[in-house]
Amino acid sequence: MTTISDTPRSYLRQVPVGRLPPPTTQAGLFGWLRSNLFSTPGNIALTIICILFIAWAVPPLLRFFLIDAVWTGTDRQACLASATNPQPGACWAFVRMWISYFVYAFYPIDQRWRVDTFFLALSFGAGWLLWPSAPRRDLGAVYFFVVLPIISFVLLSGFPAIGLAAVPTSLWGGVLVTIVVATVGMVVSLPLGIALALSRRSHIPVVRLLSVTFIEFVRGVPLITVLFMASVMLPLFVPERFSPDKLVRALIGVALFASAYMAEVVRGGLAAIPRGQYEAARALGLGYGRMMALVVLPQALRVTLPNIVNTFIGLFKDTTLVFIVGIFDFLGTVEAARGDPKWASPFTSVTGYVFAGLFYFICCYGMSRYARSVEAHLSRAGRS
Amino acid sequence: MADRVRVPARNTRYLGSLAFQVALLLIVGGLAYAAVVNAAQNLAHANIATGFGFWNNTAGFDISQTLIHYSASTSTFGRAFWVGLLNTLFVSGIGIVLATILGFVVGIARLSRNWLVACLAGGYVELVRNVPLLLQLLFWYNAVLKSLPELQGSIALPGGGFLNNRGLFLPRPEFGPGFGAVVIALLVGVVAALLLRSWARGRQARSGRRTRIFWAAVGLIGGLPLVAFVLAGLPLSFHFPALGRFNVTGGIEVLPEFAALLIALTVYTAAFIAEVVRAGVLAVPAGQTEAAQALGLRSATTLRLIVVPQALRVIIPPLTSQYLNLIKNSSLAVAIGYPDLVQIFTGTVLNITGQAVEVVAITMAVYLTISLVISLSMNIYGRATAVVER
Repeated sequence: MTTISDTPRSYLRQVPVGRLPPPTTQAGLFGWLRSNLFSTPGNIALTIICILFIAWAVPPLLRFFLIDAVWTGTDRQACLASATNPQPGACWAFVRMWISYFVYAFYPIDQRWRVDTFFLALSFGAGWLLWPSAPRRDLGAVYFFVVLPIISFVLLSGFPAIGLAAVPTSLWGGVLVTIVVATVGMVVSLPLGIALALSRRSHIPVVRLLSVTFIEFVRGVPLITVLFMASVMLPLFVPERFSPDKLVRALIGVALFASAYMAEVVRGGLAAIPRGQYEAARALGLGYGRMMALVVLPQALRVTLPNIVNTFIGLFKDTTLVFIVGIFDFLGTVEAARGDPKWASPFTSVTGYVFAGLFYFICCYGMSRYARSVEAHLSRAGRS
Repeated sequence: MADRVRVPARNTRYLGSLAFQVALLLIVGGLAYAAVVNAAQNLAHANIATGFGFWNNTAGFDISQTLIHYSASTSTFGRAFWVGLLNTLFVSGIGIVLATILGFVVGIARLSRNWLVACLAGGYVELVRNVPLLLQLLFWYNAVLKSLPELQGSIALPGGGFLNNRGLFLPRPEFGPGFGAVVIALLVGVVAALLLRSWARGRQARSGRRTRIFWAAVGLIGGLPLVAFVLAGLPLSFHFPALGRFNVTGGIEVLPEFAALLIALTVYTAAFIAEVVRAGVLAVPAGQTEAAQALGLRSATTLRLIVVPQALRVIIPPLTSQYLNLIKNSSLAVAIGYPDLVQIFTGTVLNITGQAVEVVAITMAVYLTISLVISLSMNIYGRATAVVER
């Protein structure tokens, strides 16, 4: 008896056919162009308009900021039109000349290592907290929210007993103040925001009422009025001899403002935790404090980390407003340097602002990329 | 054992909670009282008056942009308050309209299947969202508008306007006596178009037949006023600005402060609105579009009847909070000297009177009222459009 498989049949292939290449209209560069840029007449028109726009906008910008830009010089002459450079572009020489002022402002030159150390200590703490697989992040939190503020305060404002000369806050400025305001805002607003969020969900009416009033009041008014309140009303509310320093007043304003926004973010995180988690914690015999600290908050903060980072981006951008109440943050130093007659040229202001914009963009964009990667990580973890 | 059972645990807890609440109220009240006492003492030391008596005093300072009559020598601080509030609402109102348009365009562009368009829109959003608004405002004001040509080198705009570093000067329309007829014709046209639409809908509901009324509506709304305009003898003329030696006379003057604030607020808020719109459109499940197509609806109809109504339900709440942000952000006017509420009140009036508590309280109360009104109307809208669950 013969089976089918035994009989050699000439029309059965012995080896599989090689794969055909994908149709050129759908794959490869051509297919990509076709489906993404030239699929319909309308799309073609849009593509052409976009290409024309890019061709119109990008080369002049490149020429202005890179090719024609002035990189070296000691005063405005370098950035004015001259025989050697008839059409000068951005005046980067101005930024180079003023860069140390932008970073430290009037902080005494021989003491600037203290600012650098502060930046290092801060980035260490931030890295520890934000790197997802860092060891002992609980210790990192203690470092960031307890140890770092004390070190920084001693380091920056001075402690004559251990040989650090006192530096009054009137000499602080530039990036230093921007970072200090943002960090203090963060360090104060997270714990305060958690406390406010828990109060808002509390079963005790008075606690809830006070917290709702505070949160909605602060969120209903612009930051600038809160800063005005902090800078002109706060000195009135305390006895004259306790009247706080100008920078401290602004810090209080920013911290309170950020706390209200943080409270709403944390509340969102708390709302995302299923009731079962609370009930299970209760069933295990945990009291309110331990239930929150050991079961609810760790989960709530983890899911809400992207939003916390986004709030922090907002806070970081908002630090520029302290400039309006007379504090020399980074933007304030740029404004001051821009007005220097020694560097007055048609493009000094533009260059100064673009430099400041680059600084804020790099910081904020970096943070928002981080927030997005955490979000992606969380949604992957949630699916599995 | 029996004793323990008799004392209900709930009662002691209740009393403890009550004591805690009373204590908390006492602490907060005590702090507030101490603050008030301190403030009274400090103000008495500094010889500053208290109370709202200054409201009716003569202001004595000039305001560069006034929508209602105001003069430095006769108007009161109260009048200055209304001028500032109107300026805030004016720039916010125009900003909201422009930001909404730009935001919707960019948000839709980010979802475009055209890669270049999506990229450009995405680049715009990322760039604008990650740079502080104050910096953008200063950039527009100091680096762009203030570096426009001087008066003598003014850029002449097509249509008879001028642009220089003192602002934008546009022809001012002057309405003749017969212009009322045009307005009435426009109103009649709109009402007639609405009646036509409800008739067409009723007919479709009865007979299933659709009546195309688009061109009829266009004729009613656009054509009727045009006819009235011609019949009334073209009652509209323009008053053109004229370039003088030291200033520009006539026409409408748009201050550079106003323009910078408007541009900055629009560009900044539009980026956030674009994100809101994108999220809203993405929130409509693809199944909705597919189901509409399966029912035989065209893509434009699908968009109008299926996607947009559902997307709007997601978009409106965050959109309103963006509007609120825009109104609050308009207070940055103080940085460039646009006379909004904050600039006039917490700036000038505070400096003149020194009454920090009253001035800051009034300013905050205004923003709180605006926030409250908008959130309330939001809640009403939310209830009206909530999905009715079975």
